[in-house]
Amino acid sequence: MIRLQAVSKSYGTHQAVTNLDLTVDEGELCCLIGPSGCGKSTALKMINRMVEPTSGVITIGGRNVREMVPEQLRRGIGYVIQSIGLFPHMTVRDNILVVPRLLNWEDGKAAARAAELLDLFELSPAQFGGKYPGELSGGQAQRVGVARALAADPKILLMDEPFGALDPINREHLQNQFMAIQRELRKTIVFVTHDIDEAVRLGSKVALLRQGQLVQYTTPEQLLSSPADNFVKKFVGLDRALKRLSRLSTQDFLRPAAAVTLSISPEELRRQFRLLEESQCARYLWVIDENRRLLGWIDATDGGSGVTLKEGLVEVDPAEMTVKENYSLKHALSMFVQQGVVCLPVVDDQRALCGEIRLADVLQS
Amino acid sequence: MQLMRNLSTQIVLLAVTAPVFILLASWGEIWELLLSPVLPDLQQYIYPRFGLWQLIWQHVVMVFISSTLSVLVGVGLGMLATRGFGRDFLPALNGLVSIGQTFPPVAVLALAVPVLGFGAGPTIAALFLYGLLPIVRNTIGGLESVGPEVREAATGMGMSEMQTLWRVEMPLSFPVIMAGVKTSVIINIGTATIGATIGAGGLGAPIVTGLASDNTAYILQGSIIAALFAIIVDTLLEMVERLFASRR
Repeated sequence: MIRLQAVSKSYGTHQAVTNLDLTVDEGELCCLIGPSGCGKSTALKMINRMVEPTSGVITIGGRNVREMVPEQLRRGIGYVIQSIGLFPHMTVRDNILVVPRLLNWEDGKAAARAAELLDLFELSPAQFGGKYPGELSGGQAQRVGVARALAADPKILLMDEPFGALDPINREHLQNQFMAIQRELRKTIVFVTHDIDEAVRLGSKVALLRQGQLVQYTTPEQLLSSPADNFVKKFVGLDRALKRLSRLSTQDFLRPAAAVTLSISPEELRRQFRLLEESQCARYLWVIDENRRLLGWIDATDGGSGVTLKEGLVEVDPAEMTVKENYSLKHALSMFVQQGVVCLPVVDDQRALCGEIRLADVLQS
Repeated sequence: MQLMRNLSTQIVLLAVTAPVFILLASWGEIWELLLSPVLPDLQQYIYPRFGLWQLIWQHVVMVFISSTLSVLVGVGLGMLATRGFGRDFLPALNGLVSIGQTFPPVAVLALAVPVLGFGAGPTIAALFLYGLLPIVRNTIGGLESVGPEVREAATGMGMSEMQTLWRVEMPLSFPVIMAGVKTSVIINIGTATIGATIGAGGLGAPIVTGLASDNTAYILQGSIIAALFAIIVDTLLEMVERLFASRR
């Protein structure tokens, strides 16, 4: 648990952080957000004493950080910065092992840890372990940066706009990957960002700062639904409802889907159509192959006219018409609008059908 | 194999210069053989007071001692000036280094004599001071060129100031520092010949005597051997640099 009590930092006459009180509970991902120059980075850096506060107390797990040796304090805290800061003269593996080596881990344990972390971030240890940072793409380098911060398995992670320098596609990919890892590891994380979408997506708590002062500290849902004042309202933007959707995933609205295979008999197909009509809530039957891979759909209103499955089948392009389980709902909504449909099939990575989501459900939320 | 390829130019250069150097230094008569058709009027073709290997040895000792001191002190000063506490000295040191570099070596030598007397001692002192400058400058330049994000990452991960210096900053600035060392040593090999004017011996001795007695053969002997020596040392240092920087 990280606790900042009445922490202030001034540079000369400039107040970077004023009287900041903030508690980050264990396993929480707290996003510090605000316009540039609001003191969020300074607040972060005071936790591992990269910056010393002018006044106030910072404790980690009840211990005052002021009473710890800075180097030892920092070795117990993962640290990721926007510019990554990989050491260009060390291989990826050596970069990851900087902190374990500072902590005098034995070689075997350290090597195993490096391989484990590279695997975790989907970088093959054999292929990437021996590379130098200059040979990596931006996304790969930042993954190594995060892996390096996790190397000695610290309880706490400090991240200063870690995904800020990446292009949108890479950023979203890394955010998803990072969230999946965080769900498993449950680190206590302080995450600085200026991107409200990122804060709302990743944070379990969001702390909004303005001119060094805490304006609102709450869950992303609360921040979006009841902003404390006009500043917050403006900062989170007019599309607050849409932003809330980005916190939800298609999984939250997953319904079982009625599906038939190509080999179904005409009688059975008619029976399925009847069932569908009786339930009155869906118009489509999804068509799948033996491995549950989605082929297309058939319109139930055609059922009465006695068309065969082959004639009525509308094939779908999986890239345009399907969503995956872990997609954000915002993404799914955009696909509803784009495709002009009220129902979308949800597939997994192998294109196997796992269910469907309906526009009506989303709109009710 | 990769290493051999990286060093191929240096290996070829050494394969050519080293045998020529050894041949010219060991076989005195070759000078007479080569020079008598061009310079038929000379009575003596070979510098008589010391053998060439002896002169080379005197030269090597002067250059080795002065350059080693220059590297130790120069790199040390560069490190100090880029630390938090030494930063105040940085502008002063930079200024001093620039001014020092504009001093001609002969002037340094001339100024050293009244203080240190004649012989190898003052020559070594002058060479040390003169060789200090490129090393200090490149050490500062190299250390300053290490990106702030790299330094921040090192500190943020819990490296102490010393660990950051030795594990991160020094390896990263090694090529730049090495370039300074090379410049310094090569300048010193050339400048050391001037030491002969104040009785320090070395490869400058035949040059000085040759100038005084109008014996072109002596001058050629001293200067050609000194030049070959400089090329060989430069190549060796280049190889050292590449050995350490062959990765990346």
